[in-house]
Amino acid sequence: MRSWKVILEIARTHLFTKLKSTVTASIGVTFGIAAYITLVSFMTGLNSMLDDLILNQVPHIHLYNEIEPSEKQPISLYKEFEDAVPIIHSIKPRQNQRKIHNAIPILNDLEKNEKVKGASPQLQAQIFYLSGSIELGGNLTGIDIMKESKLSNIQDYIIEGSILDLKNTQNGILLGSGVAKKMSLSVGRKIMVSTARGNRIQLKVVGIYQSGIAEVDNIQSFANLKTVQRILGEAENYITDINIKLNDISQAPALAKVMERKYNVSARDINEINAQFETGSNIRNLITYAVSITLLIVAGFGIYNIQNMLIYEKMNDIAILKAIGFSGADVQLIFLSQAAFIGFSGGILGLILGLGLTNFIDNVPFETEALPTITTYPVNYNPVNYIIGFFFALLCTFIAAYFPSRKAKNIDPVLIIRGN
Amino acid sequence: MSIILETKQINKYFGKTKPFHVLKDISLGIKQGEFASIMGKSGSGKSTLLYILSTMDTDYSGELYLQNELITGKSQPELSHIRNKKIGFIFQFHYLLPEFSVLENVMLPAKKLGLKTLAEIREEAMDLLKNLNIGHLDSKKASKISGGEKQRVAVARALINEPVLLIGDEPTGNLDSSNSENLFQILKKLKEKKGLSLLMVTHDEDLAKRTDRTIYLEDGRIVN
Repeated sequence: MRSWKVILEIARTHLFTKLKSTVTASIGVTFGIAAYITLVSFMTGLNSMLDDLILNQVPHIHLYNEIEPSEKQPISLYKEFEDAVPIIHSIKPRQNQRKIHNAIPILNDLEKNEKVKGASPQLQAQIFYLSGSIELGGNLTGIDIMKESKLSNIQDYIIEGSILDLKNTQNGILLGSGVAKKMSLSVGRKIMVSTARGNRIQLKVVGIYQSGIAEVDNIQSFANLKTVQRILGEAENYITDINIKLNDISQAPALAKVMERKYNVSARDINEINAQFETGSNIRNLITYAVSITLLIVAGFGIYNIQNMLIYEKMNDIAILKAIGFSGADVQLIFLSQAAFIGFSGGILGLILGLGLTNFIDNVPFETEALPTITTYPVNYNPVNYIIGFFFALLCTFIAAYFPSRKAKNIDPVLIIRGN
Repeated sequence: MSIILETKQINKYFGKTKPFHVLKDISLGIKQGEFASIMGKSGSGKSTLLYILSTMDTDYSGELYLQNELITGKSQPELSHIRNKKIGFIFQFHYLLPEFSVLENVMLPAKKLGLKTLAEIREEAMDLLKNLNIGHLDSKKASKISGGEKQRVAVARALINEPVLLIGDEPTGNLDSSNSENLFQILKKLKEKKGLSLLMVTHDEDLAKRTDRTIYLEDGRIVN
């Protein structure tokens, strides 16, 4: 019964004879979608940059030895007090070594695990940066720089020098930019550091490290693992932390629990480390979508108006079509297919315009001290955004056209024909 | 001769709060090949009756039969199909789709019916236009031709699906006398050659007298 061909033909003729309204309606959709694409690409680009800023420097799972009291206090070993509730005052943390027991075998075992992308050993040391009589407290982390560069993108945060410089210099140090500024040090100069126990050693500045987070850059420096072991006077298996990156970040909580038991160490996963962080990006995403949807709804009202006007203009045509045998549903389909065309063409143009605008933003210079590797505004070209935008354009035009088209469907041809 | 269109006790009211009785117990029949006209003063209900007979107005009581098939109570899509296939329309104000060419206007109901191929429909539409002496207008926009021409195009459009009944609402009402005479001759020829049943509302007494039968309406009642 439904004769699509003739319905589409009528729809097309209407569209092309009223080219001006068609173009106006399409432009409304185009701008709506283009603004949506631009906004979403820019905002999610910015979001993921901010996420990376913190998440890159955070391992998915962090293995270390927690300083804590023993779970089984000596009193529980006494059989005599089995049925009693012991009350112990002034519990002290258990005497424990900071190093991870059997760190090297654990590392080897992790490397074999398929779920693990990589594991890097670290040795955290509390040190003082010395400059004459001034002592600045800080952290010196001993790392395997080649492994670290693969797992945490540390090279992106080295603003002077390179990872190879550190690897090839035995007594090299990657100095935090805040420390370097305070002590007026630059690459090639030397710095004296002292451990908490008072051992002093002179290190050569081979690079400057800048994470973008001032509190970190004011204390944090990196050196080769062996160098730090030597400064502390410890053996080559002295490792205090193991940072693990997984292939699938969502498995972090589960795997952290497994590793905790398997290796008898403390393990924290990324969700524990950065719980508040995800909340922030969720809210930013929410704002982005709220603004974009508002834009599309505004475009939708434009379509609604134009369709409404078109239907008033076409009252006579609608009456004729109904008189010569087109049903109300046929008439409705004529107007809906017009809306589909407007949504489709406006949507496609919007995507192209949006791509152009995001490309433009992508090339606008953006330099900030916090982000040494970034030179232009970050933009996310995720195709999912384009698919969502396109379907939203279709949905929006459909809804905007549905109510006017239903009116057309229900128009009584007799009233119009007799009205003349 | 078989009866094409028949009504039984059709009543219609206008308005809800103070109903106005427009049509009172209308019972009539149109035979095959009959050219009937409806006459009456303004407000006598003749147009109202015509739109009920045409199946476009469904708000009435009584029964309407087309080719002995009960039409009353059928769904809107069914009625659309019946109008498309069995009834041809000619209105007072010609009612062509202004953005379409003359030929497209004529082809439209046949395309909707979808029983023939496009080439066949085009062929038939051209034949109809030629028979009505407007073959040369086929590619012109419907809004760009004269009133008499438009009305002939409307006749062609009404005939494209070979209906059993042709309904006219003052088809000559908007035409000058020569065009009006012209159209009347066309309608008459259709009746004589093809055995088509015709029913038209008119104000023109002379025209009405020349039809086979004239139904007079007065205050919603048939009076002859």
